[in-house]
Amino acid sequence: METILFYVLAVVTLLSAVFVIFLRRPIHNVLFMILTMIGLATLFILLHAEFIAMVQIIVYAGAVMVLFLFVIMLLNLEEIDLPREPRPLRWGFGVILSLALVVMLFPVFKSIAPIINGVAQNGDLAAASNLDLIAKELFTTYLLPFEIASFLLLAAIIGTVVIGRKLTKS
Amino acid sequence: MIPVPEINLGGVLPALILGVAGLLATLLGLFVRKGAATVGAIIGFTAVLIALAANAPLRFMNTPAFSGMIVLDTFSWFFNLLILLSVGLTILISMKYLTDQGLDLYEYFAILLFSSVGMMFMVSGTHLLMIFVGLETLSIGVYVLTGVLPKSSKASEASLKYLLLGSFSSALFLYGAALLYGASGSLSLAGLAKYFQSGSVSTMGLIGMGLLLVGFSFKVAAVPFHMWTPDVYDGAPSPITGFMSVGVKAAAFAAFLRVFFECFGSAQVTWSHILWILAVLTMILGNLAALVQSNIKRMLAYSSIAHAGYILIGMVAGTAMGAAGILYYLLAYIFTNLGAFAVVTMVGRKGEANISIDDYRGLGKSHPALALAMSIFLFSLAGIPPTAGFIGKFTIFGAAIASGYIWLVIIGVLTSAASVFYYFRVVMKMYMEAPEVEPESLKFSPSMALALTLTVMVVLYIGIFPTTYLNLATESVKSLF
Repeated sequence: METILFYVLAVVTLLSAVFVIFLRRPIHNVLFMILTMIGLATLFILLHAEFIAMVQIIVYAGAVMVLFLFVIMLLNLEEIDLPREPRPLRWGFGVILSLALVVMLFPVFKSIAPIINGVAQNGDLAAASNLDLIAKELFTTYLLPFEIASFLLLAAIIGTVVIGRKLTKS
Repeated sequence: MIPVPEINLGGVLPALILGVAGLLATLLGLFVRKGAATVGAIIGFTAVLIALAANAPLRFMNTPAFSGMIVLDTFSWFFNLLILLSVGLTILISMKYLTDQGLDLYEYFAILLFSSVGMMFMVSGTHLLMIFVGLETLSIGVYVLTGVLPKSSKASEASLKYLLLGSFSSALFLYGAALLYGASGSLSLAGLAKYFQSGSVSTMGLIGMGLLLVGFSFKVAAVPFHMWTPDVYDGAPSPITGFMSVGVKAAAFAAFLRVFFECFGSAQVTWSHILWILAVLTMILGNLAALVQSNIKRMLAYSSIAHAGYILIGMVAGTAMGAAGILYYLLAYIFTNLGAFAVVTMVGRKGEANISIDDYRGLGKSHPALALAMSIFLFSLAGIPPTAGFIGKFTIFGAAIASGYIWLVIIGVLTSAASVFYYFRVVMKMYMEAPEVEPESLKFSPSMALALTLTVMVVLYIGIFPTTYLNLATESVKSLF
């Protein structure tokens, strides 16, 4: 059952990722990107990584992609602004670079595989709800980075206000 | 029930003080009608002085804190000191700058303080997550400060460029950390060190290490990851350029040193080859490009790239002596470069109208004190005795020779000989040439006078009596080896 579910979801995710690249209208690209993100989230759920699944949906499908949609709507693209069919040279480069990436990543995947199998057999991880575990770790071991991250966000907010506002000269 | 973790507020007190001062400056700025920037600067400077006192006890500690996220040791103490010094000097220079520009930006100082909080956690971090959060806090602050000038398209362009490239390099750093976690199952430097000592390092672990190297190289502006530097240094407000070239560089080198010596120490043979190449490229390109610049800020930007190259030599050497040389070099560089940027700020005037090297013509006659100070800074950058820059270069080159990197030192010496040309060109302009039109005379402010006096005195003092400071540097790097 789980295997079938995995393949169905994987196909949906991959197909929508392909559509992101091949469709011409940006709005379609973004919508398919959201679908890709949701597909990834479901795959995470299959891996018992509920927390990452939630984050995936809230941050990527929610916040980031909505931002994309806003930008595209604000740009209000006309048919004539859309890019022409991609040039062969660019295609060639793209294919070569992607292949190079696959070749480079192959040893990485190969070295991960045993670790992943090890994790899958480790029963403790699935037994405890991992939201629980993450919360516990976040407020004990990772307390300091967690607090400093709030500082980081504060600095970013103040910074945005400084850059964004219209300055009245003193 | 979640057990309450051990909280050691005393250990992070210096950073805490700066953070609270930043918040205070932001809040008070809302209530003060006029001169809010001055209030912010005074709060910031006071906080730096208090934090210097709070930092002192760290020197004699060697304790991990916050579940091994940070460590309070002499190394952290030394770099906290460097950061506080550079923030303090930057605040002094900025006061004059903001007055010149007619800006009343109190958030400027708040963001400067926030950024230095990030630096402090970056230098004391012993966990890649902590280092990353520190790195981001520091970067966000600096991105904003770069574009803080309103209605300056050059500054906005620089800020956006820096943001895009900086985020990209942060992403690479994060990716590296993720791969290392995948390979070793740990993000703490101690855990990673154990993994690298075990001898069976997977390709994934090595790729992770390489990506961390790229992330750090970007922050310290080593060739070929330097592309952002000239544009950003040119577009940013002069005091911030100074701050970036010393504070950010010092923090990035601190984390670079800690991560690479403490946890990848056993793989030193692997990464020292890469750093060897980076150091050579950085020195050659930085110095050659600086030769042809006519804008003083761009010239100093390329010179700062070149200096990153010299510092990398110390890392290649891989010994305690090399690391101590780096610490001393950074100390000297902070005073030298911030001093030089103080002069650039002074001469720049409103809207940074005078940042061409030609604007320095006749400075020796019209403002002898300023010209003398600038000459001392340029001598120190070129590495001419009796200035601090000479001792710094001497120690680093000496360490590299002791480790057998003769060729690296030969290239270093040759490129620094070339660098003398462009530093002296400014000195020549100041003393030998006359300006076409006599410019209005410059006005010193008390803060600027203080900053310049301090920097000149320190550059000469630690250049003539370096022993105490070299010993301090040696003491500080002990925990890395």
